[in-house]
Amino acid sequence: MKNSLSDTLQTTVLFLVVAGILALALSGSLGFISNGVNAFLVSAQTWVSSRFVAIQDFLTAPRDVAALRQRNAELEAEVARLQAQIVQLRSQASEMQALAALVNFSRANPENVYTAATVIGRDPSPFLHYLIIDKGSNDGLRRGMPVVTEQGLVGRIDAVIGSAARVQLITDPTSAVNARLERADREAVLTGAITGDLTLEMLPQDAALEIGDVVLTSGLGGSYPPDLIIGQVVSIRRRDSDLFQQAFVQPAVDLTQLKLVLVITDFRPVNIAPLLP
Amino acid sequence: MKNLVAFPVLGFALVVQTAVLSRMPLLSGTADLVLLILVAWALQAQVQSAWQWAALAGLMTAFVSGLPPYVPVVGYLLVVGLARFFLRQIWQAPLLALFSVTFFATLLMHLVTFSGLFLSGTLLPVEEVLSVITLPGIFLNLLFILPVHAIIRDLALWVYPVEDFE
Repeated sequence: MKNSLSDTLQTTVLFLVVAGILALALSGSLGFISNGVNAFLVSAQTWVSSRFVAIQDFLTAPRDVAALRQRNAELEAEVARLQAQIVQLRSQASEMQALAALVNFSRANPENVYTAATVIGRDPSPFLHYLIIDKGSNDGLRRGMPVVTEQGLVGRIDAVIGSAARVQLITDPTSAVNARLERADREAVLTGAITGDLTLEMLPQDAALEIGDVVLTSGLGGSYPPDLIIGQVVSIRRRDSDLFQQAFVQPAVDLTQLKLVLVITDFRPVNIAPLLP
Repeated sequence: MKNLVAFPVLGFALVVQTAVLSRMPLLSGTADLVLLILVAWALQAQVQSAWQWAALAGLMTAFVSGLPPYVPVVGYLLVVGLARFFLRQIWQAPLLALFSVTFFATLLMHLVTFSGLFLSGTLLPVEEVLSVITLPGIFLNLLFILPVHAIIRDLALWVYPVEDFE
């Protein structure tokens, strides 16, 4: 009984002491103590927390890098695929533009029948300026047919097989085209060179030439139809001691970048060789 | 039987020549892949079919090119003859032989082409030919001969296996 009374008394005293401390703390009388305790607790909390975060980062970071690398690889593959698609679409758009220009040209010149062909190669010898196109006798192409683009004359077919043909460009050193100066209304012979330059030969000295004069096919000789645009005069060489003057011509077509051409299939070249003496 | 590989090899070379190399001129000169293959093939000592390869290459090129048909045939046969001659003379310096043959073979091929065009009525200005076609062509051929030689050497070892006596 005595022990029980003593325990009750101790408990009561303990509660009173704790309640008293709490009352003092709430009233602010123990501020300097609580501040010190709080500072210690916050410091300890900060230390533990920072260590925990560091350990957590250490354990989880490698997994994130791997995931990021995988994601990066996926995105790079996607970028590469899209870039390839862009290149393909640009190429298709360029081809469509060229085709549209050729269609417009054939509509604007309905007097002729055209067959479009793609340039698939060039002559293996650097001495010659020939193209290889992907249309041949199976498509109605024949030797001697003129080849043009929407910009002007390209050349003529030199040889044909079933599914391909070889085109001699007007810049070929062995090429000669009977030409006419539109403004001066004079005729001359246009020859090629190994450098790809075009020269107007056999021009009379009294022909009044000017830079920028347009050069057309004359149709003489029957190798080409008349009035196809060849190019423009860019320089003139006239010497009193010469019988003829020369003019250098810039072709209307960029013959080094040809991709698509039109073959005039209803033109039949005239062979005048038997008439020559 | 393995020699029939000449058809796809030279055919593929001609396709690459017309579709790619002829569109990549330096001035007006281009590399001649068919010539380089013939040079590399003829310089392999164990090869016994160099002349047949030259004739086949000449006929194939004559079919595609606008040159007089005999020009590539005669030109490539002369190139193989030159390579075989060099192989006998300077067999201990294969790299020297390779570059020498490439240099002289290009000159020879261009000389034959020039002569062929002259005989067919086209006289080209010699200085212009040398400066815009032949010199750039020699440079490009010398540039491409090493990788071509490496590939053709492996091909020659496949067609004509060499016994190792060491």
